[in-house]
Amino acid sequence: MDLDAIYMIWRRDLVVNWRDKGQLIGSLVRSILWLVVLGLGLRAAFRSVGGVTFSQYIFAGIIGMTLLFAGVQSAISIVWEREFGFLRELLVAPIPRGAITTAKMLSGATWALLQGVIVLALAPIVGVSLTPLIVAEAIGVMAIMAIMMTSIGIVIASRIKSFQGFGVIVNVVLMPMFFLSTAIFPMPWLPEWLRTIMMFNPLTYAVDALRTVTIGLYDFPFWFDLGLTVGLAILFGVLARVLFVKEI
Amino acid sequence: MLQNPVIEVNGLTKRYGDFSAVDGIDFTVGSGEFFGFVGPNGAGKTTTISMLCTLAKPTAGTATIAGFDVAAQSDQVRRQIGVVFQEATLDNRLTARENLAFHAAVYHVPRAERDARLADVLDLVELTRFADDIVDNFSGGMRRRLEVARGLLHSPKVLFLDEPTLGLDPQTRNRIWEYLRRLADRDDMTVFMTTHYMDEAENCDRVAVIDRGALVAVDTPAALKRQTGETTLDGVFLKLTGQAIRDEDVLTNKHMSRIAAKAKGGR
Ligand SMILES: Nc1ncnc2c1ncn2[C@@H]1O[C@H](COP(=O)(O)OP(=O)(O)OP(=O)(O)O)[C@@H](O)[C@H]1O
Ligand SMILES: [Mg+2]
Repeated sequence: MDLDAIYMIWRRDLVVNWRDKGQLIGSLVRSILWLVVLGLGLRAAFRSVGGVTFSQYIFAGIIGMTLLFAGVQSAISIVWEREFGFLRELLVAPIPRGAITTAKMLSGATWALLQGVIVLALAPIVGVSLTPLIVAEAIGVMAIMAIMMTSIGIVIASRIKSFQGFGVIVNVVLMPMFFLSTAIFPMPWLPEWLRTIMMFNPLTYAVDALRTVTIGLYDFPFWFDLGLTVGLAILFGVLARVLFVKEI
Repeated sequence: MLQNPVIEVNGLTKRYGDFSAVDGIDFTVGSGEFFGFVGPNGAGKTTTISMLCTLAKPTAGTATIAGFDVAAQSDQVRRQIGVVFQEATLDNRLTARENLAFHAAVYHVPRAERDARLADVLDLVELTRFADDIVDNFSGGMRRRLEVARGLLHSPKVLFLDEPTLGLDPQTRNRIWEYLRRLADRDDMTVFMTTHYMDEAENCDRVAVIDRGALVAVDTPAALKRQTGETTLDGVFLKLTGQAIRDEDVLTNKHMSRIAAKAKGGR
C-alpha cells in the first residue's frame, strides 16, 4: 500500500473539512437541536422506556445520526471533487485507485467520528453519565459505525453523477434511514410493519450497540449487534472499493 | 523520422456511441520537442489528451508514452507525465504551498527533495510571496501559474497542457511560455500543449491541426505556411479547418451521444 499517499489524502481531506467551519457548525447544531429540543421538548409527552428518560433514550440515536450524515456527506464530496476538478489531479497521479478509496474511507470516517465524539461529550446535558470505560467502548462502536456510513456514502457517490444530487440523497436515503431505525422511536411503540422495516436497517443494530454501551438498554444482544455492524461495515467497505475503482 | 520518439500514437480513436470524438489519429512527438495541438472547439483535443494521460480508455488504436502503453501500463505512464487540465483542478481551500506539497507526496517526490523542489517551482512562476495564501484568493493568472508549477513539480518527462493560457493577459501568457521554454531546454522535457492562440502555436517546434476528430496536418509552422501558401498561422488554420463556427456541431454531437447513452442505459 502507498501509505504516504494515503496519509496525504487523509490529511488534506481533514484540513479542508476543518477550514469549512460553516459545514461543521451546521452539522453540530443539527445534532444538538435534535438532542436537546426533541429530548427535552417531548420528554413529558412520552412514557419512559425501560426506566430511562426520552433524552437518554435518543442519545445513542442522535450520535448515530451524526455519524450517518457526516460519513455520507464526506463521501459525497467525492462527487463534488470529480465535478469541479480536484479529483482529476488525483486520478492521473501514479497511485492505485485502491489507495485513493482507502484514504477517502479513512478521512470520512475520522471526520464523522470526530463529530460523534463531540456529541458524546454532551452526555451530561441529557443525564447520561460516562466513565472512561464507557467512553472507550462507545468510541470503538462509533469507529465501526463511521466506517460503515462512509462506505455507504462512497457507494452512493459512485452512483450519482452530479453534486446536485446531494439534497435528494438526504431526503431519500438519510432521513428514512434515520427515522426507520430505533434511533428515536423505541421498537415496542411501533406497529409490526414498521418494526419489520427497522429490522432491515443497518442503523438499527449500530445504534442498539451504542445504546447498550452508553445506557445499558437494548433490543438485541450486544454481540449480535456488534457482529452485524462489523459485518456490514466490511460488506459496504468492499462494495465501496469495487465501485470506486470501477466507476469513479 | 524523429530521433527519440517519446509519444507514439497509432490509429488512436475515441467513440461516444456512434460519434467519433477522435478518429484514428497518428503522430509522433520527439524527446524535448515543443508540440502544439490546435483545432476548432470540439475538434477532439481534450479527448486526445485524456487518452494520452490515461483518464479515458481508447476505443481503438494505441498510444505509448516513453514506451509504455497508455491503456495497459497506465501506472508507468502516470509516472512519466505531468498534466495541466483545461479546467482548474487546484484545491481552492488549501494554500499554494499545501497544494504543491500534496502533489509532491502523491507523485512520490523523495521527501528530502520536496522542500527544495517546492521552492524551485514557486520561484519559477513567481509565487514565492504568496506561497502561504489560500488559493481561493488568487487571481486567474496566479492560479494558472500555480497549476503550471504543480505540473512541473515532479520533473515529468512529458508535460501535457490543455489551453494553459486561456483567458490570461499577454504578460502572464508570455511568462508561462518563458517558464516552459526554460524547462524544456534545461531538463529536456517534452511539451504537448493545446491552444487557440496562433501566435503561441507559432512558437512550437511542430504543430498538429485536428478537425472533427481527424488530423489534417502535422508539421513545423514554417512548412505549414509554405504548403498552404499562407503568410500567417491564422491563415493556415482557417484554410485547413474552414470558416464555419463549430458550436452547433459540438452541441449536436453532445446531444446525440447523450441520447444514445440514455437509450442504452434505459434498456
Ligand atoms: N463524455 C462525452 N460524451 C459524449 N461526447 C463527448 C464526451 N466528451 C467529449 N465529447 C464530444 O467529443 C468532441 C470532442 O471534444 P473535446 O473536448 O475533445 O474537444 P476540444 O477539441 O478539446 O474542444 P475545445 O477547444 O472546446 O476544448 C466534442 O464534440 C464533444 O462534444
Ligand atoms: Mg478542450
